[in-house]
Amino acid sequence: MILSVNNVDFRYPSHNVLKNVKFEVERGDCLAILGTNGVGKSTLLKCINKILRPQQGVITVEKDEISKLSLRKVAQKIGYVSQRQESGRFTVFDAVILGRKPHITWDVTERDMAIVNHIIKMLGLESFSLRYIDELSGGELQKVVIARALAQEPRVLLLDEPTSNLDLKNQLDVLNIIQNVVREQQIAAIVTMHDLNLAIRFADKFIFLKKGTIFAAGGFEIITPEIIEEVYAVPVAVESFRAIPVVVPL
Amino acid sequence: MKTKIAQEIPEGYLKYTGRKTATIVFLALLTCVLVVLAINAGSAELNPIQIIMTLLGKGDENSRVVIWNIRLPRILAAIIAGASLSVAGCVMQNILRNPLASPFTLGISQGAAFGAALAIVVLGAGSMQSRAADAVIISNPYIVTISAFTCSMAATMVILALAKHVGAKPEAMVLAGVALGSLFSAATTIIQYFAHDVQIAAIVFWTFGDLGRVTWNNVNIMFFLTITALLYFMLHRWDYNALDSGEETAKGLGVEVDKLRLIGMTLSSLITSVAVAFMGIIGFIGLVAPHMMRRIIGGDHRFLIPGATVMGSLLLLAADTLARTMVKPLTLPVGAITSFMGAPLFLYLLLSREAKKR
Repeated sequence: MILSVNNVDFRYPSHNVLKNVKFEVERGDCLAILGTNGVGKSTLLKCINKILRPQQGVITVEKDEISKLSLRKVAQKIGYVSQRQESGRFTVFDAVILGRKPHITWDVTERDMAIVNHIIKMLGLESFSLRYIDELSGGELQKVVIARALAQEPRVLLLDEPTSNLDLKNQLDVLNIIQNVVREQQIAAIVTMHDLNLAIRFADKFIFLKKGTIFAAGGFEIITPEIIEEVYAVPVAVESFRAIPVVVPL
Repeated sequence: MKTKIAQEIPEGYLKYTGRKTATIVFLALLTCVLVVLAINAGSAELNPIQIIMTLLGKGDENSRVVIWNIRLPRILAAIIAGASLSVAGCVMQNILRNPLASPFTLGISQGAAFGAALAIVVLGAGSMQSRAADAVIISNPYIVTISAFTCSMAATMVILALAKHVGAKPEAMVLAGVALGSLFSAATTIIQYFAHDVQIAAIVFWTFGDLGRVTWNNVNIMFFLTITALLYFMLHRWDYNALDSGEETAKGLGVEVDKLRLIGMTLSSLITSVAVAFMGIIGFIGLVAPHMMRRIIGGDHRFLIPGATVMGSLLLLAADTLARTMVKPLTLPVGAITSFMGAPLFLYLLLSREAKKR
């Protein structure tokens, strides 16, 4: 087990968001968190990353309780890609170096540079590594911020709707990269998504959130018309296409 | 070590960072050249040989007094105050996520002006006398300095307390700064309304900003504080870069954003308040020098912080030297000259960059 979330509650002053959320993630898992808009998917990711502090519950990464770690220590273990990206006047190379920030004391080392270089190559960013990120396309920028999160050498990767701005090819590219890294390095990825079919293609575990709490959790067996209709209030059929379940709204 | 690192970096990137370093070094050298010119410029005619001899401690009494007691403190004050105003602006613009932020955003200049007015009118520091070069003289500069510093820091303290209480939200801080600024302006207006015309002249004169007021002691205080702040800012240069990518991303990268914001604001306000208290209000540098550097070398704070520091020094020293020499023997208000010189230069940079983009 690499991450455990135990009875987490989170509320904003005006309303409750998460209630009694509890799940575990193993090494090599790609977990998709699914649910309607506003159900608390992003909030859950931010709680795991200590950007938000849950009022109750314990979250541990590799046996370390994150509430007891500094943000810097958390960042050494958890990489996070937020839903919205702001692009400053940096080159791609600079943006990826920033991923080494949690490990830097005064300046970058040889090892930092080697990691950055490796990740830039892995994600195929070499051809525009000296371009400014405010001049990139949405797909390129998304790859850069994922590269930055990977440069953190995280044990757990949190991605908040990583594919929402991408075209079909870039969606598949980005998800493949994440899948490969997760398997090769035996880390875990937790991804929030809206496209069920993309989630099915990418993830091996799923959590459906409803009203701030876990409605269903498990593998492909929970991708059923009943559960999806309960969660999204839309009738669907789940067909099998080449042994992969496909969700079709009715 | 260095060469091994170099092997891991694409060659283009080394050229790209090398250009930035070269730009900063060039500006620093330009400042050094300007220092020599500035020592040479002034009402008392000195030749370069006299200057060098004097700096080496071998000059005559007259040039020793002129250089060591009048020109050098003034030049060093320009370099240090320019650096501190500019680097404070650079950091404020980053932590408040607002390109219009400057060292004066939090009501510091209005607070200082109010403090000076209070000292001149109410505390009686402003019995005036006339002199050929200056229209008015403030009889007790210490009270004015202390009062200006206290009031400008009071503005900052109110905002910091507010931030501590309700969370360090950039928009709220900027708005609170604007509100406090107008409160202080109103208070100054009321003081002026009840003041004599000589006192009003003294208040207005104080707000012009004048580097001629500084003493060696002032220079030492400013130097110590500015160096401390610069070290802190440089130590956190990666954090500012992370914050430029968005607040959540910065937190995700391990940056304690609220702490960074509060300490950054405190330090920037402190070095600004000190400079303002000693010299009066010198606008423009803190707002525009960091933007100029951003246009020239980009937004990477590893280079931007030293770059903005040097640019601020250069601009203020150039402005002050012009202010001293344009209409001899008068010294024009340096704050006005900074804007006169800087605004067209900045507009040029703005336009040339936009033109390049097309």
